[in-house]
Amino acid sequence: MKVELTVNGEQVAADVEDRMLLVHYLRDVAGLTATNVGCDTTSCGACTVLLDGESVKSCTLLAAQAGGSSVTTVEGLAAADGTLHPVQQAFREQHGLQCGFCTPGMVMAIVSLLRENPNPTEEQVRSGLEGNLCRCTGYHNIVKAALAVGCLSGEESTAAAASGSAE
Amino acid sequence: MIPAQFSYRRAASAGEAIDLAAEYGEDAKFLAGGHSLLPLMKLRLALPEVVIDIGRLRDLSYITDGGDHIAVGALTRHHDLEHSELLARELPLLAHAAGQVGDPQIRHRGTIGGSLAHGDPASDLPAVVLALDATLIARGPGGEREIPSGEFFDSLFETALRPGDLLTEIRIPKPAARGWSFQKFTKRAMDWAIVGVAVQGNAVGLVNMGETPLRASAAERALASGAGPAEAAALAADGTHPPADINASREYREHLARVLAGRALQEAAARA
Amino acid sequence: MDGDRAGAVGNGVLGSRVLRVEDQRLLTVGGTYVDDLDIPELAGAARVTFVRSPVAHAMVTGVDASAARGEPGVIAVLTGEDAPPAEDKPMAEPLLATDRVRFVGEPVAMVITDGRYQGEDAAELVSVDYEPLPAVASLDKALADETLLFPAAGTNVIAAAGAEDSTGDALFEGCDVVVGATIMNQRLAPVPLEVRGAAAAWADGRLTVWASTQNSQIARFQVAGTLGLPPDAVRIITPDVGGGFGAKIGADRDQIAVGWAAKHLGRPLRWSETRSENLVAMTHGRSQRQDIRIGGTSDGRILAYRMDFVQDSGAYIRGDYLPGLTRLMASGSYLIPKVECSYKFVVTSTTPIAAYRGAGRPEATAAVERAVDLFAARIGMDPAEVRRLNLVPPDRFPYTSPTGATYDTGDYVAALDKVLAAAGYSELRAEQAARRERGDRVQLGLGLSTYVEITAGDGGGESGRIDIHEDGTATVFTGSSAHGQGHDTSWSMLVQAELGIPMKDVTVIHGDTDAIPTGTGTFGSRSLQLGGAAVHKAAGEVKEQARTLAATLAGANEEDMEFDPRTGIWRVHGASGTELEWGKIAGAAGPDGLTADVMFTADSPTFPFGAHLAVVEVDTETGKATLVRHVTVDDAGTLVNPMIAEGQRHGGIAQGAAQALLEEVVYDADGNPLTGTLADYAIITATELPSFELLDSQTPTGINPLGVKGIGEAGTIGSTPAVQNAVIDAVAHLGVRHIDMPTTPQRVWAAITDAAKEGAR
Repeated sequence: MKVELTVNGEQVAADVEDRMLLVHYLRDVAGLTATNVGCDTTSCGACTVLLDGESVKSCTLLAAQAGGSSVTTVEGLAAADGTLHPVQQAFREQHGLQCGFCTPGMVMAIVSLLRENPNPTEEQVRSGLEGNLCRCTGYHNIVKAALAVGCLSGEESTAAAASGSAE
Repeated sequence: MIPAQFSYRRAASAGEAIDLAAEYGEDAKFLAGGHSLLPLMKLRLALPEVVIDIGRLRDLSYITDGGDHIAVGALTRHHDLEHSELLARELPLLAHAAGQVGDPQIRHRGTIGGSLAHGDPASDLPAVVLALDATLIARGPGGEREIPSGEFFDSLFETALRPGDLLTEIRIPKPAARGWSFQKFTKRAMDWAIVGVAVQGNAVGLVNMGETPLRASAAERALASGAGPAEAAALAADGTHPPADINASREYREHLARVLAGRALQEAAARA
Repeated sequence: MDGDRAGAVGNGVLGSRVLRVEDQRLLTVGGTYVDDLDIPELAGAARVTFVRSPVAHAMVTGVDASAARGEPGVIAVLTGEDAPPAEDKPMAEPLLATDRVRFVGEPVAMVITDGRYQGEDAAELVSVDYEPLPAVASLDKALADETLLFPAAGTNVIAAAGAEDSTGDALFEGCDVVVGATIMNQRLAPVPLEVRGAAAAWADGRLTVWASTQNSQIARFQVAGTLGLPPDAVRIITPDVGGGFGAKIGADRDQIAVGWAAKHLGRPLRWSETRSENLVAMTHGRSQRQDIRIGGTSDGRILAYRMDFVQDSGAYIRGDYLPGLTRLMASGSYLIPKVECSYKFVVTSTTPIAAYRGAGRPEATAAVERAVDLFAARIGMDPAEVRRLNLVPPDRFPYTSPTGATYDTGDYVAALDKVLAAAGYSELRAEQAARRERGDRVQLGLGLSTYVEITAGDGGGESGRIDIHEDGTATVFTGSSAHGQGHDTSWSMLVQAELGIPMKDVTVIHGDTDAIPTGTGTFGSRSLQLGGAAVHKAAGEVKEQARTLAATLAGANEEDMEFDPRTGIWRVHGASGTELEWGKIAGAAGPDGLTADVMFTADSPTFPFGAHLAVVEVDTETGKATLVRHVTVDDAGTLVNPMIAEGQRHGGIAQGAAQALLEEVVYDADGNPLTGTLADYAIITATELPSFELLDSQTPTGINPLGVKGIGEAGTIGSTPAVQNAVIDAVAHLGVRHIDMPTTPQRVWAAITDAAKEGAR
């Protein structure tokens, strides 16, 4: 069947099997391989992207379900001139990544979390990341990165978080 | 990791969804948020030949004040239940429990209808709708019918929904007794409850204490005859048949049910 | 900017929190892991899906692939009949099972399809006939030798050592108090976020394998050896690797099978397993049953310690180094006059066991730390005091332990004291006492560990090569193989510090055996002290060559040439206007350019050490334990990049705490895995962890010129016993003396309930 969606602001269309998972559509059809598959039980969150601005686990969506919607992956976060999104910048400054495999999903989960709660407490960040597994960092610096972005004034961080969306 | 092959159909209306389901019969399953069905399909434990996507039926996503009750559309997402101001005022038990389901990503997709229709006794919302004495509205080829929550859950993954039935609404009477509590016990925050207890007034729903969500009837009877939280909680596991698995033995689940019921009833009393 | 740090160039960069050069790419376009590769060599590659045994132990009496072969998109189905046979040696492991399977998940066939989705469909259609045999799913079953996994071997015992040296009860002569226990260091799954994967192409008489591995050079020899190819005919390329933790050392059996199949079919292939496969077919870690016995005086001196253990190997031998490492580190950081340690190493019908962060040392540390706490509890002394009394004092280094490990440098008492002070130990004990007095439902537990661990224990060296280019930039070729450790950053820092070439002008290459044919790779926390030291050594040789070249260019004597590592400039001493940049010097080098290619070997391993204090709260009604604070010293000598070192500690602490609290691979009596998905295998999340409190301590070693030891596994080794001891401590006043890991709520509740029953008697 034909599945068309907007990914990082660009129209993508392809004829795919009905059962194609959104994560494979993004990786194999749209060629955006930053989003990773880390499990098969919707546990790990490595596949997290934004669907119409909200975080979802793209391994547990059919591409067909996302047809007509707008998807944002980590590749769509930085500005056109290469300026990093505040969450990306914070990850770098706080050493929030090591092997990088969980990172795209982790970043997108935090972008969504901060949209809904621009100035979270540490506890809120930690429970907000219950669906994102990392084996390298022990989460310590990931949490620091999220809190660092949250420390921007409410107005600034909302604008900053919104600037990464390709809606 | 990959579902077996199937055909995808998207329904543009509830009526179309029901017609498609009638056309394909037992070979078809409705797909709402997909976070109960797709995980099973990916492990090839569910093998529908046709998947009818009802996820875009926005007119089945609502939370409205019906005077003496709150009407919740079956396709209302957990995220929307969690953040609803109306629910925070009138049905905080439902709002709070919805915020405990899975993780934020799952809550952006999963729906109350999908969760209830899935019929998993380890899910959070089935025990909640039991404790809230909700009525479930289903629409099928033969028309609409109302199913009391107490008659909705038949057995493990089996509900009173007939093939082709579409769950459309959950109607919840505004509770007279305002005290509430939801106690979900897990090893990790993202796990299914090892045991959970949902309390609204003197109603006590149990998560994962049997093949279906259950009411802690013995505890409820004790409360009705004037017993305090501790006394009633001691009876919370009576009449239950909890599973034994790598997380908990039967005995440990029974113990947890009693402990959590005690805490839930105390907290509800403090909120009353 | 990459390598950003105020006032960056030249000396002074070492020891700074330089931001990673890897991150820009990883954060914007993502890493290129093996499943992401989009290269001409793999154009049109077919997909591999394995058919795996669903039974733990069975004879394979037939494989019928006819239905699969008939499906659209199926190119071939390969079985054990097609694959190279196992080596002719005891307990050999084949690529594909032939007549017998020995663990759930063992590969039996490979289905080759056009597409990934078709692979899963076709694999279901391969029909394998199994005649089940009794499972050997426990250590006792293995030791009983009633059912043999390898009849030709005559036993399930691979090896045994140390029992012959036992002095029996005489070991504890003179002890006022002797206390013992049988404890379990449970089986774990490494769960790197990136599962196993490989791609392979056979062309022009060479096999290229792109592998998610920690050691491309070792992998090359393994692939070549198994396929009967000369090493030159094999090239291993390591793309980005999403975590390894020891489970991606060398080439995995299934990766070698992919390489073989690509050659066999003459078709490029790609393979990426599912997580469910990963949880049963990637090697597991730990799985030791330990009998510990400790004795000493009633005023706290430990006089003797015995540790006898059974090491589970799983179905094949992938980690034969493990029990020896445990034995080597058995006495930990203590000065114990008499220590005996013995082991048996057995096969079981379960997933093979190999290295997993710590590889043999966490097991040793967890055992001795438990023993010390048991001893402290028996004599009624605070476990911190007992440790202080018995730690190897700072004036005893280098210290050789009774089991033959020579610890280079350390100050164990200082580490302990630092942690206790920073944590506010006496206030915490007071809080604990107050809660016990009140009978609070939520009790406080404090758990300590003082540990020493062996890094670069393999005794091998590491390669390093630096090329200086005519444009003044440099390329480093390292045998090390980062999979999250930030070597590109640290090696660039070393080049900037030694040669004054800015980090942004340094490129680090690893993982391609054509570019780096000699090397060992990354495991055992060896990379900085060997690979980094090799970069340092190569830099030194480059400077030697440069001095000669610069002198020639300047028309001066070599001894008059001076070099400023802050600016990277050579000049004639005292003569302005004679400045020479690296590019100029490189341009003057001979036909091979300005380059140095070295091997760095050290005379011995190094021994980082530390102390951990874990603070837990236990809900005594439900048994649930929550880690609320974790304070550590992890001393790995001089720190090149403290930020990266902290990250390694964080990750280690999390994995170690996860072993203590949550994780366990569980098999039923028939050898069926019960924790085969990430929904069941409880890997720890951010919600269950606090932010950690890391203290700084740098006690350099003299073993290498950088003064560095390894940090990668120390956090894991230190944290597990601290957290386990804390949970037990929280309920010790209720009569609990031990709880096996993981200290799940049910286990804690059962321990409390059992202790209450015993108390009531």
